[in-house]
This record gives sequence, C-alpha cells and structure tokens, in this order.
Amino acid sequence: MGHSSSAHGENYINCEKGLWSWLTTVDHKRIGLMYMITVMFFFFVGGVMALLLRLELFAPNTVQGVGQVLKNGDVYNQVLTYHGAIMVFMVIVPGIPAILGNFFLPIHLGAKDVAFPKINLASWYCFMFGAALAIATFFTHKIDTGWTFYTPYSIRTGTSTVLMVLGAFVMGMSSVLTGLNFIVTVHKLRAPGMTMHRMPLFVWALYSTAILQMLATPVLAITLLLLAAEKLFGVGIFDPALGGDPVLFQHFFWFYSHPAVYIMILPAMGVVSELIAAFSRKVIFGYTAIAYSSLGIAAVSFFVWGHHMFVSGQSATAGIIFSFITMLVGVPTAIKMFNWVATIYKGSVSFDSPMLFALGFLFLFAIGGVTGIMLAVLPIDVHFHDTYFVVAHFHYVMVGGTLMALMGGFYYWFPKMFGKMFSETLARLSFVFIFIGFNVTFFPQFILGAMGMPRRYFDYIPNYEALNKISTVGSWLILTGFLIGLYAIVQGIRKGEKAPMNPWGAKTLEWQTSSPPPHFNFDVEPVVTAGPYEYR
Amino acid sequence: MSTDNITHTHSAHVSHHFKDATQEYDSGKQGIWLFMVTEILMFGAVLVGYGIFHHLYPAMFSEGAKQLDWKLGFINTLVLIFSSFTMAISIQLIQRNQIKKAAMALAVTILCGAIFMVIKYFEWTHKFHMGFYPGRFLDMAKTHAEHANLGMYFGFYYCMTGLHGLHVLIGMGLITWLLIRTIRGDFHSQYWIPVEGVGIFWHIVDLIWIFLFPLLYLVG
Amino acid sequence: MAANNHKHDPNVLHPHISPTSMYLKVAAALFGLTILTVVAHQFHHQLGAFASLVAFGIAAVKATLVLLYFMHLKDDNNMNRAIFASGFFFLIVLLLFSVVDIATRVTEVSPL
Repeated sequence: MGHSSSAHGENYINCEKGLWSWLTTVDHKRIGLMYMITVMFFFFVGGVMALLLRLELFAPNTVQGVGQVLKNGDVYNQVLTYHGAIMVFMVIVPGIPAILGNFFLPIHLGAKDVAFPKINLASWYCFMFGAALAIATFFTHKIDTGWTFYTPYSIRTGTSTVLMVLGAFVMGMSSVLTGLNFIVTVHKLRAPGMTMHRMPLFVWALYSTAILQMLATPVLAITLLLLAAEKLFGVGIFDPALGGDPVLFQHFFWFYSHPAVYIMILPAMGVVSELIAAFSRKVIFGYTAIAYSSLGIAAVSFFVWGHHMFVSGQSATAGIIFSFITMLVGVPTAIKMFNWVATIYKGSVSFDSPMLFALGFLFLFAIGGVTGIMLAVLPIDVHFHDTYFVVAHFHYVMVGGTLMALMGGFYYWFPKMFGKMFSETLARLSFVFIFIGFNVTFFPQFILGAMGMPRRYFDYIPNYEALNKISTVGSWLILTGFLIGLYAIVQGIRKGEKAPMNPWGAKTLEWQTSSPPPHFNFDVEPVVTAGPYEYR
Repeated sequence: MSTDNITHTHSAHVSHHFKDATQEYDSGKQGIWLFMVTEILMFGAVLVGYGIFHHLYPAMFSEGAKQLDWKLGFINTLVLIFSSFTMAISIQLIQRNQIKKAAMALAVTILCGAIFMVIKYFEWTHKFHMGFYPGRFLDMAKTHAEHANLGMYFGFYYCMTGLHGLHVLIGMGLITWLLIRTIRGDFHSQYWIPVEGVGIFWHIVDLIWIFLFPLLYLVG
Repeated sequence: MAANNHKHDPNVLHPHISPTSMYLKVAAALFGLTILTVVAHQFHHQLGAFASLVAFGIAAVKATLVLLYFMHLKDDNNMNRAIFASGFFFLIVLLLFSVVDIATRVTEVSPL
C-alpha cells in the first residue's frame, strides 16, 4: 500500500504541535500516550508507597523506635490504602486498555479511530478529574480504609471516605466510556475483510474486558454512591444499627471488583498472545479457543465474587456455591496457558526482550493462578485468609501478570509508538532485575502467609524477620529494574535509531503502516484477506 | 453517490472516521444502548437492595410508604409519561423535517421535567418538615415512628428519588442543548442521532420512575 | 445509477418513521395503566399478597410499551436488544447470589 503522507515524514506526533494540540486531541494514539504519561506517574507514586511499606517491614519494631520507619500504625494504614487504591484504580485497571488498547485497537482493526473520539478524550479527562479527587484526600484527612472501603469502618472513620469514593466513581465513568468505545469500535469499525475471527487476540481480550467494564462498573458506581450517602446522611442500608447489612456492601463491592480482577488480567493475556505468536514465528495454536476463553473468563467472573467473602459472615451455603464456581475459572485460564505453550512448542522462538516478559508472564501467572485455585477451596481459604499468602497470590497475578505483560507489550510496540528503537541490552537488563526482584519479594510472602503472618499489619513478631528482610531487598531489585526500564525508554525516545516499519516481522495490521503511524493510521484503508498470525 | 441533494434537501454529515452515514448512525445507536445498560445496572443495584430489605422488613416499608402521598407520585408519573411522549414525538417530527414543531415538543419536555422536579421539591421539603430525615437522622419523636429502623425506608426513598431526580436534571440540561441546536437548524431528516440518544436516555429515566412509583408509594 | 441505487446508498438514512397515531395510542395506554395501578391500589386490602404482584405486573407492561414503541426497540436490531437484555440478566445474577447468602445466613446461625 502507498505511503504518501508518511513519505513526507508526517506522522501523528508531528502533525500538530504544542501542548494545546495534545490537550484537545481526539486522536486515539495521542490519547493513548496521554494515558501512558499519567499512568506512569501514578505508578511511580504507588510504587513509592509500596517501597515505604516494605521498608517499614524490613525489621520488627522490637525496641521502641528501632526498625520503625513510618511514624505510627495510622501512617502505615494510610500508606497501605493509597498504595492499593492508586495501583488498582489508577494503574492496573486503566493500564493496558487505556494505553496500549487505545493506541492499537483501532489500528488492529484497520480503523481510523475509535467509534467516539470525543468521548475517548472525555474519558481521559474523567480519569484525571477522578484522580484529582482521590489525590485531594491526601491533603485533607488521609484515608485509611484500605482500597476496598469496607463498611462499617469506612462510615465510622473520620477520614475523607466521601471524596475518595467520588474519585473512584468518576474514574469508573472513565473506564465505562473506554469500554463503550471499544465495544462499538469492534462491532462497527472493522476494515473490509476484518471478520471477528480475523481480529488479533489482543482485540478479543480488550473486547471481553470492555464487556466487563460495561456490566460491572455501574454496580461499583452505585455502591460507592450509597457508601457516600451512608457516610453523609446515614441512610442505613449498610448500617446494622438500622437493620442494614454491611455484608451486602461486600456483595455489591465484589460484584464489580471480582470482574475488575479480570479487567486487569484479560488485556494482559491479550498482549501475551500477541507476543508469543510474534516471537515464535508460528500460527498461534488454538486461535478460537484463546479468543472464546477470554469471553468465557469474562462470563464466569460474574458468578464467583463471594470467594472474597469466605470469612466475612456470608452464609456457608453461599460460600460453598461460590467455592465450586470459582474453580471453573481455572478452565478457560488453563486453555489459554496450554495454547500459549503449544504455540511456543517447535516454533522458531527468538528471545527478544518483549518475549522475555511474555515468558516471565507465563511463569509468574502460572504460580499466581495455581495459588488462586488453592484459595478458591473454601477450607484452605479460611486458613489462609488475610495472611500474606493472599498478598503473594494477587501480586503474582497483578504484578507478575499484568505489569509483566504491560512492560512486554510496551517494548514490543515501542518502535511503532515512537518510531525509534530502544536499547535491547537495557531492556533485557530491566527484565532480569524485575523478574528476579519480583520473585525475591513475593515468594517469601507465600511462606510467611503459610506461617500465619497476617496482612495489613504495621509490625510482626521476630519469627518472621528473615523472610521479611529478603522480601524488602527484593523490592529494591524491582525498583532497580523499573529505573533501568525507564532509562531505556527515555534514551530510546531521545537517541534511539529510527525504527523500521516492522522490526519484529509480525503479521498484525499495525506493522503494515509506517512507524510512527500517520494521523489517520493508514494512508490507504487496508483490506484484510487473512488471519492475524499467518506465519510460515 | 452525490445525488442525495436531488431528492433530499439535506444530506447527512459524516465524521472523518466513519465510512458512511449508516455506519455512523448504527455506531451511535449502539453506543447509546450500551450506556443505557450501565444506567439499568446502576439503578437496578439499588432496587436489588430495596427488594432484599423490603422482604426482611415488610411492615416497616409499609409504614414508610403510608407516609408518602401517592397522589403526588401519581401526578408525577403522568407528567413524566407525557414528557416521554413529547420527547418521542420530537424525534419523529425531526425525521419528517418539521423543525418548529419539534422544537415545541422539546420545550414541552423540558417544562414537564421542571414540573416533575418542583413537585419532587415540595414532597421532599414536606418530609423534612415532618422530621422524616433519612436513616439515623429520622426524628423518632416527631414522626411517632412505629418501627425503630423506619429511617432505612427513607434512606432508600431519598437515595432512589434523589438519584432519579439528578437524572431528570441532567436530562433537562441535555434537552435544552438539543433545543438550542434544533432552533439553530442542526437537525433534519438525515441527522438526528443526538436527539434520539438523549431521547432514549429520557425514556430510561421515565422507565425507572414507572417502577419507583409502585415501589415507593404503593407497597404494603 | 443514482435513481436505482438510491435505496442502497449507505449515505442516505431511511429511518422507520412511526405514525403520530401510534405515539398517541401508546401514551393513552400508559396513562390508562397508571390510573389502573392507582385503582388497583384502592383494593389492596382485598387483593392481599397479590397487590404488589398486580402493581409490578402493570409496571412491567408499561415499561415494555415504553421500550418497544418510544425507544423503538421493536424496530431495532437484535444486537441492541441483546445489549439491553444483558443488563437485566446480570441484575438477576446480583440479586440471586445476594439472596442465597442472606436467606441462608440467618437460619444457619440463629437458634430461632
């Protein structure tokens, strides 16, 4: 196809200049980059919180003051809350869909933009406004409820619950608008020949995610509004003093927040499908199975939320039902794992840095997933609940899964996004530090949890000291890894070699347009005649 | 392809990223329906809570409902249904290029929304005056409440009607925007998707009230 | 080419325009049903447990009328119908599982 405008060197970055042109852009690629910058900033803030927590837990506070980093337990609770809330609502939920999804979903489909470009921009402003509300609590009464805002504590506490939940509400709207855009774009804006079964698996994953965003987020929205009303006007719905039910709050909360776990992980699975196909130089094994297992995971996710509530006072009957259904999640997830491994099998695998992150994902997600099945078993969960075992489990899924995929996807698409190459050596080095650091940090927490160390505590008995020290050292390794990664990115943008159109030899549509893409993605609308992974 | 001007005085305007007017219209329509699903789930979740607690405390809910004046709820239902009718008819008028009549219909819709809100305002202030505050703020002595947790009923009452009223206000704002654009001549037989979108939103607001009326005023 | 292809030109919209009489009939039906709801409410002592059933039955009929005729789901495509129905489906899921918990919780722990 022709390259008239790109031949002149015009692309989406240099077609308009000035900050104003960015703040008013409706170009999905630019909006993706704006999300990237903001999410990276919040990741930095949330990361600093995590480092502080680990620093505090480096040693028990045996003698008054010794080993104590934070002022007191209240400060620890606040840092813990902000770490959780920032990482969930501002980093991992928007992460892959809003950055990589915004940038690549329309290009993957051969479209010029998402269906509603203005709404796409509005979703970024919603996100910023919601984030501002949430951050504002930091300067009023710092919130200490944990990111789950459980009643009755969140109602009784004197901290800024209302402001915080309104922030989460507005960010939820941003999430809904992104999901709405993606669904309509997938349904209506595919290029000629781009059938549903020729869409890249990343798009399938984003599509399933978008369905979850549409169906689950409204329930969180109303739950948070009711919580705010409860705090302000004492309406009584979640208040036992008036016959209300705090456990009902948990039902409503997890009706969103369990699907939200898949809002976080499904896009990561989509990225990994792309990476594994591209770097194995092979038609992906079981395309249909991977595509529909995304929808399967999305569907099952609505029936399992009660497994977060096994010790909440929910009835044993409900617990048993939720426990059994939860194990079903393992089926579509395992289908994906086996298909990825089968794709790698006898492929011409090249271990470029994105692939390293994909393999890291497979390894860490396998551990996170299998421990998830353990926790799904009701009696085992009753034992492990609120211990570091759970902390380790969900960090293996959220960080080991989502962040690994985000990093891998980011390196993979970096040449397309910026038209430059990054230093492969630095990227690999960052992988080594993040991967090793991650395991050093979180593997000991499985053991700590099994030993009975409770989560969310400011202090611990001396028996847990050695493993906590190892864990804290690991957090520094992760920090090093991300700093190296950041340096690789900045250096790549500033001094990187010019990227070719298709540095990895991949087959999806984004590699058939120039790097970086022109303003409307393609100079000539592509006509699709084959599937996305037609490697020989 | 350029012949629409011969038979149609207006041609659809198509944004840059759509192929044709049909694609743009279908996309817009689907987007609106998706958004309506979020509205249904949002209101629906409160209804789920209402259903559960109504089942647990039927006598208390019955006592609460007796405190409301069903006549006002009845009038408001009729007002909203009428506004839904004028909203629906405005789209049909625009599709038939009867722009002036359409603008009138939209103006009547806004007026109906305002009447609804005024009645709602008097209902609320009257309740406040009687001491029927939500939840734990309910004045037990002044209201002579039989059930100690009557406040929960009013918690639901204020949350549901408040959220609904907020939607009426948002809808009125959106319809005012439509009215301005209609008078300006933006809409015609080939372009009316914003009117239809806001219309569907307005009907959802009506739809929710259709359920709120028996739920809040007529139970027990 | 214009005259023949006109009907298939994707740049010309052909909305399904319902006659004004249809809107009037639906509005009249909605008014009537609202009055019926109130009339039925006057007999709620006689109706007993059926009173709320009647009220919600009528509300459901009214909602269906609004959906089909005012919101034109009658003339819409199946995708939009399915999208709208999905909302109700997941509401039922939310209700069902919450009720399973609350209905069994008390009987398990309460001695009464």
